[in-house]
Amino acid sequence: MSSFLRLEGVGKRFGEHTVLDSISLDVEQGEFLTLLGESGSGKTTLLRILAGFEEPTAGRVLLDDQRLDAMPAHRRPIHTVFQSYALFPHMSVFDNVAYGLRVRGCPRGEMTSRVQEALAKVRMDRFAVHFPRQISGGQKQRVALARALVNRPRLLLLDEPLSALDANLRLEMQRELKLLQREVGITFIFVTHDQSEALAISDRVVLLHHGKVEQCGSPRTIYSTPRTAYAASFLGKSNLVTGTVEQGVADCGAFSVPVELPDGPVTFSLRPECVVPASEATGDQVVRFVAEVVAEQFHGADSLLTLRCPSGMKLSARVAAQNNGGGFAFRAHDLVPLQEA
Amino acid sequence: MKPGRALAGAYAGLAYGFLYLPIVVLVIYSFNRDGVGGFPPRHWTLDWYRTLFADSAMWTAVGNSAIVAFSTVVLSMLIGFPAAYALDRYSFPGKGAFQRLVLLPLIVPGVITGISLLLLTVSSGFHLSLVTVILGHSTALTAVATTEIFAGLAKLDRSLEEASADLGASRLQTLVRIILPGLRTSLLGTALLIFTLSMDEIAVTFFLIGRENTLPLEIWSRLRRGATPEMNAIATLIFLFSVVTIFLSQWLMTRGQTGTSFVQEGITN
Amino acid sequence: MGRSRLSAWLVTVPPFAWIALFLFVPYCLLFCYSFWSLDANQQVLHHWTFTNYLHLATTPLYLTVILRSMRIAFSVVLLSLAIGYPLACFLVFQAGKYRRMLYQAVIIPLWISYLVRAYAWKVIFGNEGVMNTLLQWCHATSHPLGFLLYSPFAVIVTLTHIYVPFVVLPVVASLEKIPPELLESSSDLGANAWQTFVRVILPLSLPGVLSGATFAFLLSFGDFLAPLLLGGPSSVMIANIVANLFGADYNWPLGAAVAVLILAMVLAILTLTQKLERRWRAA
Repeated sequence: MSSFLRLEGVGKRFGEHTVLDSISLDVEQGEFLTLLGESGSGKTTLLRILAGFEEPTAGRVLLDDQRLDAMPAHRRPIHTVFQSYALFPHMSVFDNVAYGLRVRGCPRGEMTSRVQEALAKVRMDRFAVHFPRQISGGQKQRVALARALVNRPRLLLLDEPLSALDANLRLEMQRELKLLQREVGITFIFVTHDQSEALAISDRVVLLHHGKVEQCGSPRTIYSTPRTAYAASFLGKSNLVTGTVEQGVADCGAFSVPVELPDGPVTFSLRPECVVPASEATGDQVVRFVAEVVAEQFHGADSLLTLRCPSGMKLSARVAAQNNGGGFAFRAHDLVPLQEA
Repeated sequence: MKPGRALAGAYAGLAYGFLYLPIVVLVIYSFNRDGVGGFPPRHWTLDWYRTLFADSAMWTAVGNSAIVAFSTVVLSMLIGFPAAYALDRYSFPGKGAFQRLVLLPLIVPGVITGISLLLLTVSSGFHLSLVTVILGHSTALTAVATTEIFAGLAKLDRSLEEASADLGASRLQTLVRIILPGLRTSLLGTALLIFTLSMDEIAVTFFLIGRENTLPLEIWSRLRRGATPEMNAIATLIFLFSVVTIFLSQWLMTRGQTGTSFVQEGITN
Repeated sequence: MGRSRLSAWLVTVPPFAWIALFLFVPYCLLFCYSFWSLDANQQVLHHWTFTNYLHLATTPLYLTVILRSMRIAFSVVLLSLAIGYPLACFLVFQAGKYRRMLYQAVIIPLWISYLVRAYAWKVIFGNEGVMNTLLQWCHATSHPLGFLLYSPFAVIVTLTHIYVPFVVLPVVASLEKIPPELLESSSDLGANAWQTFVRVILPLSLPGVLSGATFAFLLSFGDFLAPLLLGGPSSVMIANIVANLFGADYNWPLGAAVAVLILAMVLAILTLTQKLERRWRAA
């Protein structure tokens, strides 16, 4: 079965330094895929390889079964929205958006209507004659989007496009981007270091760490079942609970939980929001323990408590109401065993 | 892109050839026994250099030029520094006009600067001499000093001066302890540049010269009478001197700041 | 507050005084002289009159020489750009790790005496010079080409040689200012190398081109050395006229008038290009 975009063992080395280490990935048509990772994880390099600004030192990239990495950037049916927007300062908004059509000799009538349509889609049609220096960051963002989309690319690459915007504008743009992607049906590959952003808008998230794919899956999947300690800590907050399994029971010091795992040492991921005051825990498979509250961070909608168990183990818990310590609980299935990657 | 790069490289090579051809020719000819007649030179000799070293009039001119150049450097920097400082730090009425006036000698033909100073000299009853030459050079080259020092000041980290003031230093102390050291390499580079420009100055000097010649004017008068191959020798020596000076200057300038600021910037300001 | 005011005065007054005395006053004198004239005994009459300007306006010689000077200056600019612009592009986009060294190589000729370089061209273009010997050697011509020296051609080539670096430097500066993302973006949107050059690089380099061209034009226009050394009677330029009027053709007031005219033209062109540059810079 052929997929839309396939990366086979893509690697990139700069001298001694390996930035990407054998990345293999299948991207489906029409999906919103996010490359998530901290700086140095290789996510931007991977994007640039797809765009054609870097050549891989290993592996291949295939688009519809055709070799993409052999094509120069300007011939690829792929367009990029840059982090700095990269709008041409000496051209108006209209001319910026029309650029791709112009260099490919699109007839004037068709060009004008397509540009106007693209601008309308990002709600920048009123600004057609303005220049980049006259519009705000968020507006430049939208023009950059229109400029890429007007050419109807098979694939759109977005390099941390929202990182320069302030928090509220960012949330709004996340929603708009998602809607836009659904509307045009083009495959988006989005790069970001912000895990909450990645979880909010993606169909699938690829977590990169030290140039390798740490984990790949839908936001819900990778959040609730992280494979590694890194994945657990990077995507939201997580408690890393160590324990030893003996005959089907994991002994973690403060509590013991029945598990279906082979004997030996194990590390679990336990999300803070899964740790609730004992009085609120109902149903089966509830694990209870006792702890005192050592520190509290008030976040408005909830608080992040640092708990200390009698055994010395520290846990974070996210609770809604004020809490002075005492009994806490979580469900057994919230304890996710990590596979050491 | 590969063939394009080769083509661009070839074109660049031709351009550099154009830039350096005259100098190469001169150097070769300075060793040619037959002077400038015939190419390629058939007999190599150091005779022209020997003649040159025995030419006392030439060396007097060199001495005059050196005196003028040193004095010009001192004067230009003494005027240029406060001018640059004022332009960078203060706002005062007429600042724009002042700036334009200071930078005018950069693009106004040297002839005009020269004759206007000649008119001043004559009107005030002074005689033409090396002193008038020094005044002429200083007036013209203050523009260079101002431009370079202005660029140097703009690149300084202002927060260092603020820290100095915060710790109790007066404006003068900050100037001496913080600003001048920060500008040291820029100032040295500028001094070298002005020295070189003064040594080569002809247009302004032409009208302000008295009885003693500077080097360029000495060469000039000889050329008018008919070139001797000795000219090639002195030209080669000047070239060598210039190369040494420029390497010295670039080394100094790039130690203190990134990039080279050039006289050009004065135009675009 | 009083102390800083005092120090501000101490800083601004000396340069201001110098500039006033040695720049402003002389220009004023120049202006005054242009309205005076010579009497029968070659003495300057301090009597205000438009005689000089009338003479300039009615004698075709001056207009001819001014136009010739502009033509030569314009040719120098075109030739300098033809050589210098591609060189600047090469330095910024193709030179890679040799960039610094090659950039220095452009600056070095600037430090070598103008006189030396002009003289060198005289040697090259002479009847027995390099050029003629070479041409005859490969049988391109049978006798020395006379027009190489003592002609506008020689003046233009020499001035181009002097001013190519003046053109390269600001063009390099403006090319370096172009953010690399713009070039990547252009290529990303489907433009090949040539299209990117024409649509993005060229327009954004125009401020630097204008700056270099202005400088080269104004300095060539007012040059008097190259025409004296290498130009013949057919390439006398306006600065030579002024020099002569203050020399052998002794007529200081008339010379001053020509000088004022040159000054006015230089200032006019400079203002024009600064306005243009401001408009382009804004975009």
